[in-house]
Amino acid sequence: MSSETWLILGASSAVARAFAREAAAHGAALLLAGRDMPDLECQAADLTIRHQVAAVPLRFDAGDLASHAGFVARCLSQAGGGFLNVFLAFGVMPDQADADADPTVAASMVTANFTGAASILAALAPALEAQGGGRVVALGSVAGDRGRKRNFLYGATKAALRTYLQGYAARLAKAGVRVLCIKAGPVDTAMTWPLPGLPFMVSPSAFASTAWRRARRGSGSTYLPSIWWPVMSIIRLLPTSIFNRLDI
Amino acid sequence: MPESFAPAIQEGARAMGWKAVTLQGWGRSSSADCLAARPERSGEMAAALAPPGNRTLIAHGGGRSYGDAALNTGGAVVLTGRLDRILSFDPSTGLLVSEPGVTFAELLAIFLPRGFIAPVSPGTGFVTLGGALANDVHGKNHHGLGSIGDHVAWFDLLLPDGRLLRVAEATDPDLFRATIGGIGLTGIITAICLRLAAVPSNALTVQRRRVANLDDFLQGFKDAAGTAYSVGWIDALAQGAALGRGVLETAEASPHDGTFPSRKAKRFPIDAPGWLLNGLSVRAFNALYWRRASIVGQQTTASYAQFLYPLDAIEGWNRMYGKQGFRQFQCVVPFETGERALRRLLETIASAGAASFLAVLKVMGAQGRGMLSFGMPGYSLALDIPSRPGSEAVFAALERITRDAGGRIYLAKDSVMSSDGFNAMYSEAGAFRALRERIDPQRRLASDMSRRLKL
Repeated sequence: MSSETWLILGASSAVARAFAREAAAHGAALLLAGRDMPDLECQAADLTIRHQVAAVPLRFDAGDLASHAGFVARCLSQAGGGFLNVFLAFGVMPDQADADADPTVAASMVTANFTGAASILAALAPALEAQGGGRVVALGSVAGDRGRKRNFLYGATKAALRTYLQGYAARLAKAGVRVLCIKAGPVDTAMTWPLPGLPFMVSPSAFASTAWRRARRGSGSTYLPSIWWPVMSIIRLLPTSIFNRLDI
Repeated sequence: MPESFAPAIQEGARAMGWKAVTLQGWGRSSSADCLAARPERSGEMAAALAPPGNRTLIAHGGGRSYGDAALNTGGAVVLTGRLDRILSFDPSTGLLVSEPGVTFAELLAIFLPRGFIAPVSPGTGFVTLGGALANDVHGKNHHGLGSIGDHVAWFDLLLPDGRLLRVAEATDPDLFRATIGGIGLTGIITAICLRLAAVPSNALTVQRRRVANLDDFLQGFKDAAGTAYSVGWIDALAQGAALGRGVLETAEASPHDGTFPSRKAKRFPIDAPGWLLNGLSVRAFNALYWRRASIVGQQTTASYAQFLYPLDAIEGWNRMYGKQGFRQFQCVVPFETGERALRRLLETIASAGAASFLAVLKVMGAQGRGMLSFGMPGYSLALDIPSRPGSEAVFAALERITRDAGGRIYLAKDSVMSSDGFNAMYSEAGAFRALRERIDPQRRLASDMSRRLKL
């Protein structure tokens, strides 16, 4: 039996996969939650063989809010021992232009990135409080620090998630549960693959190993990679008149 | 991977997950601008079969083919590296099922502690299993265990028409034999069932000795025929009586575990300037390497990683040859004509002063299973030749010697062989073309190599 269990929400994404490998390498049991069951089966097999840990695929749809309570019950029955920890990685990033043109694109992004996250975190909270420990790590984004022309709806969902996590952390702190929001810069994944010229790109595995270390240590929020802390500090401080003229 | 962004195709490509990239062969003298997709789930692979604008497609794995086998100028490539899951492993049979992007280095790290290794391994651990199968790669134990295709039970192949087939020799011998060594031209390999070999420990017992000339080498290989691994490092610049001098390395699985410090790869820091590699510096290095080896032989214990992947300790060693890069030449010549052919090959290289670090000499065992498998009984010689004015003529001469000796040139290394030469060397080229005509009449799969060799 493992000393801890990590529930990976949105486990098929490249970042989530890398984080799951990192956790498995440290002996954690895994619950792999997402919609693409054939893919999750592959991933569970891979983790089990590589690291000889328990890994269970679970069907989870962030947008199907009504299913979240039932999902949490299934998680608890499948958890592989130790504290249940949560890595929330799901999210989508359609073009800002597509979201402007089609309100359903915008609404589904808000649901996936924020409403779904808030809903599943709320559903998990009582179980986390009851165990009196564990960690929640959620993928925010540097895009949430200031709304940019390029992707302010995406940024807004991540800013909302950040604000939600602040209060969520305050609530769970009493029970000894630590909550960390990772403000991620671009990671070299399918989401960023077609986008030209993204700065300070990191590989999913480099991202995951740092995320794992910081998850053990910290709570609150953290920039990953760290270079985004000075960069976003400057971008946040730019006067609006200058910021609006930048093509970023 | 170097990337350049051509705005014209970037626009349309974006929604599809394609982007414009420049890819290079490992030798850095072949490169190609193309569109690339990088699926993260095997379920997405079918969509990658239809690149924008009716471009042709080729799969691209670890990028360790030296020449143009996995390049597709003006076309598209699908990068398979993110499909790197191990799907099943049965320790009672050694049967492993894996996605194509798993590398040999990963296999070694995961399975050696459990007493298993890939039965056959190329000279770098960065090769993916998909690429290994598509090139039917071999290693230092070819004389005993053949090439990777000899240990594959089946594979899943996404055909150009979108069908996904599980291909085994018994059920579809033509497709099976065309895909092993078929340099990606029959489809995209999405899963591989490989039989791993059990080993008694994590270590090899290695013997190294200095060899005076080619005769001494060939005798040494004869004496080592029963040894699991054997490889010769030749000073390709030595001439006259010293022609073919070098170091013979043989190895056997050790019965006892060794303790090895973890290897942290050092990175080759820069593109070396062109003047660094000249006749003098290479001659000095090769001579030193030769003199350092013991005349009577010396026995050491080595880890599998040290012995199988010596160059992996220097990340990006290909930059040593500078910006203009190099081409690797590797051929195999049959035993009957081999000694004379090796002499002519080495003389050609030495007299052209085509400065190269150590050349690799090996004895190969059985003919591979694939229609275009490289392996055949004989001597294999491999060496790097820096790209310089005049190196084309050297390659043409080496191709001629190989062809006249009834040998063949390794497609995984090649970027300059003529189509005529290929047809003469690969007796099943016709069968391979006929199979392509059947499964891919529109030639949706193509590469710079397939166009050059008129495959």
